Amino acid sequence: MRGTEKALVALGVLALVVAPFFFYPVFVMSMLCFALFAAAFNLLLGYTGLLSFGHAAFFGGAAYFTAHSVKVWGVPPELGLLIGMAGAALLGLIMGLLAIRRQGIYFAMVTLALSQMFFFFCLQAPFTHGEDGIQGVPRGHLLGFIDLYVPLNMYYFVLAVFLIGVFAIWRIVNSPFGMILRSIRENEPRAISLGYGVGRYKLAAFVMSAALAGLAGGLKSLVFQFATLTDVTWQMSGEVILMTLLGGIGTMVGPIVGAGLVIALQNSLATSQFPVTVVTGAIFMICVLVFRRGIVGEVIAFAKRYGSR
Amino acid sequence: MSDVTPLRQRRAKAGEPVLSARGLRKEFAGFVAVKDVSLDLHDGQIKALIGPNGAGKSTVFNLLTKFLKPTAGTIAFMGQDITRLDPARVARLGLVRSFQISAVFPHLTVRENVRVALQRPQGLGHQFWLGLGSLERLDARADELLADVGLTEHAGHLAADLSYGRKRVLEIATTLALDPRVLLLDEPMAGMGHEDVGHVAQLIARVAEDRALLMVEHNLKVVADLCDEIVVLQRGEIIAEGDYATVSRNPQVREAYMGTAYIEDGHG
Repeated sequence: MRGTEKALVALGVLALVVAPFFFYPVFVMSMLCFALFAAAFNLLLGYTGLLSFGHAAFFGGAAYFTAHSVKVWGVPPELGLLIGMAGAALLGLIMGLLAIRRQGIYFAMVTLALSQMFFFFCLQAPFTHGEDGIQGVPRGHLLGFIDLYVPLNMYYFVLAVFLIGVFAIWRIVNSPFGMILRSIRENEPRAISLGYGVGRYKLAAFVMSAALAGLAGGLKSLVFQFATLTDVTWQMSGEVILMTLLGGIGTMVGPIVGAGLVIALQNSLATSQFPVTVVTGAIFMICVLVFRRGIVGEVIAFAKRYGSR
Repeated sequence: MSDVTPLRQRRAKAGEPVLSARGLRKEFAGFVAVKDVSLDLHDGQIKALIGPNGAGKSTVFNLLTKFLKPTAGTIAFMGQDITRLDPARVARLGLVRSFQISAVFPHLTVRENVRVALQRPQGLGHQFWLGLGSLERLDARADELLADVGLTEHAGHLAADLSYGRKRVLEIATTLALDPRVLLLDEPMAGMGHEDVGHVAQLIARVAEDRALLMVEHNLKVVADLCDEIVVLQRGEIIAEGDYATVSRNPQVREAYMGTAYIEDGHG
């Protein structure tokens, strides 16, 4: 099983390496940004059991921070991404401190309320330029010498950041810390009775998830050279939930597949007669009714049943 | 299982109590669930908390382990006042509880369940940058604990796939991984088959040898066999205290259990 897993991962990475020769690079890059966003969100929902309805604040917030720092302060793109991540982590710390005191639906509502407050801040704050957003964000030169205006350079930069981000999530999930997160998801009172201060674990997971969602948002602002109000709306928080559920919560690959599917659908339906939201909504309903575990979750369950025979 | 061979030697209490509660009271929106409960627990002692449904046993348990905050009263653990501490902190001090509904981590393997308990005392709780290989050095101890309770052959299974009785056993193994000074077991035999009851009773007798143990239990035969002292709770108050013989003669206790047959059956 470990062998086949490794082979599948290698195959996936290979497919992403050759993808820009077959597809429009910006399209694949936007997929990668959303895939990283969904994977970061899943760190919280799938592996800690916390449903945040405010992750757009980290994604869109970091996009503003990165865009502002590279455009106005003139910092190099790699530093811009780090600034975006740090900003998202700080936001995550503030939101997390307030939200983790509550559970279930109340947790989701607190995160939603706080992200709406952040949305209002973004609408009003001068540096975000309100409805216009931050336009014409320069991609700059990576490490001072790699020109990111060259499409393939940019693509491989995005792919590298994506892989590093996903590796970081995989590492967190499969670490001593990740084991405790899973035990909290499985049975919180029991984790407490074993002496774990679960509040601190949840907060740490929340901040990590926010920072990685921020990495995805910052990256997106460099890809599109644009940071927009759309990315901080509550609809964006909903979209990432949809992507994650569609792909399969609590699986490494699920959110990536889910994000890819949603972005591909949006892309292909944008030019057709069908209304995008109705089609994605219908697919989402079918998924929830037919494959409860999400696409990847069902595949894994099937492989296990098949494998055990 | 017969009464001819007692499961354990009764111990006399000696010295200072490890756990001592004084005047515990808990009110829920005007309703008094527990009033003026005081109890002491000594090293090497097994104490049972019994009483009819709704008597407040679980509430007392939650108060002692800090899952609930008492309205009034104090709790001391090894001479230290723990009345205001949070539950995780109390667990770290060595006062560890089990739950009425079996508390395992269902989607972790049996070995991982025990290992999670070992991680914190070994300082392996917060490392998010290390791989799972770093936990392998805990496996030997985890396997030892599993062997001790007879779960070796299930180490690699998901806890969710265990039978109910084995889940309870796993829970005890997980609790023992913390090497607690005081163990509080909330209905360890609830819903268990006859064979499992005997098995778990022996396990409890064994683990109680070098620690103090308080259990809520409905199976009076188990209580009679295992416990040095019994505290009977009714409507949130202690109505009787003492060894099994004393308690079972108490008319108030007989009445609380509605008819004498039940409690005598327990002994027979």
